[in-house]
Amino acid sequence: MQVEIKSKRKRPLSIILKILVAVAALITFAALIFLIVYILVNGIPYLKPSLFALEYNSENVSMFPALINTLLMTLIALIIAVPLGVFTAIYLVEYAKKGSKLVEVIRMTAETLSGIPSIVYGLFGMLFFVQRLQMGLSLISGALTVAIMILPLVIRTTEEALISVPQMYREASFGLGAGKLRTVFRAVLPSAVPGILAGVILAIGRIVGETAALIYTAGTVAEIAVGSDFLLDSTRTLAVHMYILSSEGFHTGEAYATGVVLLIMVFVINALSNIAAKKIGVNK
Amino acid sequence: MKEKIMHGVFALAALTSIFAVVLICVFLFASGVPAMQEVGFLKFLGGTSWKPTASNPEFGIFPMIIGSIYVTAGSIIIGVPIGVLTAVFMAFYCPKKLYRPLKSATELLAGIPSVVYGFFGLVVIVPFLRELFSKNYGCKGQSILAASILLGLMILPTIIGVSESALRAVPKSYYEGATALGATHEEAIFRTVLPAAKSGVLAGVILGIGRAIGETMAVIMVAGNQPRVPESIFQGVRTLTGNIVMDMAYAEGLHREVLIATGVVLFVFILIINISFSILKRRDSNAG
Repeated sequence: MQVEIKSKRKRPLSIILKILVAVAALITFAALIFLIVYILVNGIPYLKPSLFALEYNSENVSMFPALINTLLMTLIALIIAVPLGVFTAIYLVEYAKKGSKLVEVIRMTAETLSGIPSIVYGLFGMLFFVQRLQMGLSLISGALTVAIMILPLVIRTTEEALISVPQMYREASFGLGAGKLRTVFRAVLPSAVPGILAGVILAIGRIVGETAALIYTAGTVAEIAVGSDFLLDSTRTLAVHMYILSSEGFHTGEAYATGVVLLIMVFVINALSNIAAKKIGVNK
Repeated sequence: MKEKIMHGVFALAALTSIFAVVLICVFLFASGVPAMQEVGFLKFLGGTSWKPTASNPEFGIFPMIIGSIYVTAGSIIIGVPIGVLTAVFMAFYCPKKLYRPLKSATELLAGIPSVVYGFFGLVVIVPFLRELFSKNYGCKGQSILAASILLGLMILPTIIGVSESALRAVPKSYYEGATALGATHEEAIFRTVLPAAKSGVLAGVILGIGRAIGETMAVIMVAGNQPRVPESIFQGVRTLTGNIVMDMAYAEGLHREVLIATGVVLFVFILIINISFSILKRRDSNAG
């Protein structure tokens, strides 16, 4: 344990700076608490059972179809992005030669992807999936678009998780006669699971909160995507639902209620991600 | 054999992100650049009149470029001091017991969807500004100021996170040396540790700029979206991102392509910001 050295002397300027720091921290956390409490207080009274009716219509703007579509969208996007992201990270960490040009280019492009704003993804999805590949405004167009969007997040968190697996594990596995592939899947990946999971959960959070990338790729139809061609149904997710309710301006109370549901989802997602991240600490 | 196949599969997966970036560039530029040429580069970037549906349509996006810059600058003016000072709090003042909950709180701030922020801005910040400034300044609430405050709040987690880790990366001996020479706690932090963490903090600010300029839904809900060059911060404004979403719903033909060209301009802005971020980060890791 290191001894904490802390000066106790005081000067006027120092006191002012100290007050400024305290005020800034207070503003940050007060704003967060105010936002959450405000939405909860105004939204919970509107959270009636009828908002979870199967059908959406102009009298009862049920959020249930949007809720189901959000889950479907998330699931499909994860099915596409997680294997791609995890495999990319495995390649970068376990297979690629250190300092190879290809690795550098892949890292750079992943970084570029993570900086692109969601509206640009939306434009791309509209041009490529909706128009060029003729998927139309549909669940699958939206899911593919957000899958590309979360790819860099999955790659980076998986990479970090793989790197933090002790070299010993690999050496022990090789020593027992396992091949490269067996080592990766039996020794390295299992101990990296919590880290990967933490990343995947964060990715879920991004999909749930996404709006701009989905309006012009998945569309805004408030019906549950069902049937054999459900992938080609136009769907709105919860976040899009909330945007439309608030921009129409007739259903402010229901918009609050949708906000409450979104906030609860974000709480749960953040808590789960934290739990998964803590597991990594235990493994070490 | 199996080893070789899987090696190939992993390599192929790794190529998808390159493939995605190339596809995005190709599709955006292929639809956007011809539209720019048709309108004329100067008329497109420098034109102050946006009348896409007039019989003699004009497609000048200068007001939106200015709008994005104003709103982003406003969010930086509000968000950076608060964010950096909060990062100082987290790194040097925060009681140990409070640290975990507050850290989770900043993560929560990052996780809240932008529609929820936008809605909060619409029902709280906009009426508040209307109340405060409508008499003297004719402020209708939806304004540059409203968007700046909201975006300032939204970029806080980015700035706090990056700045805090930059501050923590400064060797403890800096702080100890300063206090040994008679500096107070605050002097040691603000005169030695913060300057040493300068480029890391700057990287956080640049990342925040990227977030603010690319933010779409929240800005649309509070900025007013009038496509004109604003005269004061109390007037409404339309950003590049807002222009795309507002008009795409009904745009056809050249108008639609011009909106994609607007996306290209935004994309170029973001690329410049990203490149400066990675240069700064590289310099930072070299120095450390």
